[in-house]
Amino acid sequence: MEKKQHRKPFPFHILVFLAPAVIIYTLFMVYPLLDSLRLSFFTTSEQNQEIFAGIQNYITLFTDSNYAPRFWGALKNNLIFFAIHMVVQNSIGLLLAALLASGLRGSSIYRTVLFMPTVLSVVIIGFIWQLILNPLWGVSESILQAVGLESLFKPWLGLPDTALITVSLISVWQFVGIPMILFFAALIGIPEELMEAARVDGASGWQTFWRIKFPLILPTVGIVAILTFVGNFNAFDLIYTMKGANAGPDFATDIMGTLFYRTFFGQQLQLGNPTMGATVAAMMFLIILTGVLIYMFLFQRRIQTVEM
Amino acid sequence: MTTAMNDDKVSGLSMGYRTRRFLGSLLPHLVLLSYAVIVLFPIIMIIINSFKDRKAIFGMPFQIPNAETFSLIGYETVLERSNFQVYFMNSIIITVTALVLTLLIGAMAAFALAEYPFPGNALLGLYLAIGIMIPIRLGTVGILKLMVNFNLVNTLTGLILIYIAQALPLTIFILSQFFRQVPKELKDAARIDGASEYRVFTLVVPLVRPALGAIGIFTMIPIWNDLWFPLVVAPGSKTATVTLGVQQFLGQFVSDWNAVLSSLTLAMVPILIFYLIFSRQLIRGVTAGAIK
Repeated sequence: MEKKQHRKPFPFHILVFLAPAVIIYTLFMVYPLLDSLRLSFFTTSEQNQEIFAGIQNYITLFTDSNYAPRFWGALKNNLIFFAIHMVVQNSIGLLLAALLASGLRGSSIYRTVLFMPTVLSVVIIGFIWQLILNPLWGVSESILQAVGLESLFKPWLGLPDTALITVSLISVWQFVGIPMILFFAALIGIPEELMEAARVDGASGWQTFWRIKFPLILPTVGIVAILTFVGNFNAFDLIYTMKGANAGPDFATDIMGTLFYRTFFGQQLQLGNPTMGATVAAMMFLIILTGVLIYMFLFQRRIQTVEM
Repeated sequence: MTTAMNDDKVSGLSMGYRTRRFLGSLLPHLVLLSYAVIVLFPIIMIIINSFKDRKAIFGMPFQIPNAETFSLIGYETVLERSNFQVYFMNSIIITVTALVLTLLIGAMAAFALAEYPFPGNALLGLYLAIGIMIPIRLGTVGILKLMVNFNLVNTLTGLILIYIAQALPLTIFILSQFFRQVPKELKDAARIDGASEYRVFTLVVPLVRPALGAIGIFTMIPIWNDLWFPLVVAPGSKTATVTLGVQQFLGQFVSDWNAVLSSLTLAMVPILIFYLIFSRQLIRGVTAGAIK
């Protein structure tokens, strides 16, 4: 390529090294994604031909009486799902990480145990909790009874008011290991001298954490936030496992992933619709892209200033 | 401000510094232990009850099985009525093949990006990195079309190709950082000895082995656990993975508690054993990556 390196012939080896990865990645990831985005501007005729439809699919999704309530409902539920993860999962993760990083005995055993649910499949987790919360089995009721809170027990998963919060908390239970381990890694990376200096100045543990450690691990806070965001707006397995594609009761647990699945493959009475499915996927893409761009804008810039 | 803080500390000292220190070291254990109980309780409940008869599952769910309540009826049902062996084989074939190919193809690309400053290098790196943040699932409509065109619906090959594409971006991103740290002298020495670029690559790969291990574990877990793509592109019973197979089996046997508990245990225990063996590497992988 570069004529300056006249000693060397065309570097075929570079092509050989790069070709398999670029081909597979382009063919099975980038192309289908672009094709889906393209399909969101088409409809299919009865002869299965693609007809350009402009933004008609999007208008249908936002305003049609069949689609719009489901779309806005799923979006709202997904935002609640995300908010619960941000508040509950990530604060518990930070607390656990702070305790683990304080150098107490048995730290690695705790770490191993606490990360355990994260490696299990969401399907298994979903069923486990479905059994534990099942009034037929009565395990959770017995536990509440033991601490005198029996009156609090309800079939949480079945009630429209509590179903979404319950599945969100089950997901939190499973994935708390991820923020925990990322925060832990960031916290043990803080130079000991900094902590020493703070201690000499008489700062309490609480103060050193919030005034020194927390600002230093801000980049990790950003990473955790964006990973949570992308993961949550792409979630599907747990709700499909626990509540089925219809995300009951009465769509109370419907999020973008289940809406996408239903729209694409259809449900009991409604036929699947690939182009509308592609439209839902395009909206998910847009949401996730917005999140990623906000993250890059907020955090990449901050990291640069810190480094300077 | 500082004086106030110092005063606090002094009074703290006089009020029994040791007791406070003792309580202070006990509290973290208390919190971590309670959380560990919350984590372990549901998992243990499933495992112990899978070895009991139906009456004991409902009568005394919290007790470990004894001679009277011990029963393997659930496991018998699972082995008779489902194709668990097939599911396991499918999952193992898919995961191992996708993993090996991802590491090989990913390492090759990462090596090229790290080693040769060809024009467009940075742009190609960026192109390959987009997939780290954008989930492959969003292209499902297009992927299914592609699978239909290539006759890859209900094949393990189709799933393997999808999983390689899914895992490549992060693999290439991390490995190229590791390849950049390999000392240049080492590679140049090999080149002076007449080694081809392919030979240099095989010499350098063993040097990034720790990274390969960590990436391997991170790649495997999502592939093994995935429900979406088996459900969408390979829902047939012959190609079902453990995750999909369990999901379908549980759907059919909802009311057979013995079978449900046993199939959950069967699906869970191999992963837990694997995790316990490799958990140190996994956690070391994250911490090493984050410190860099």
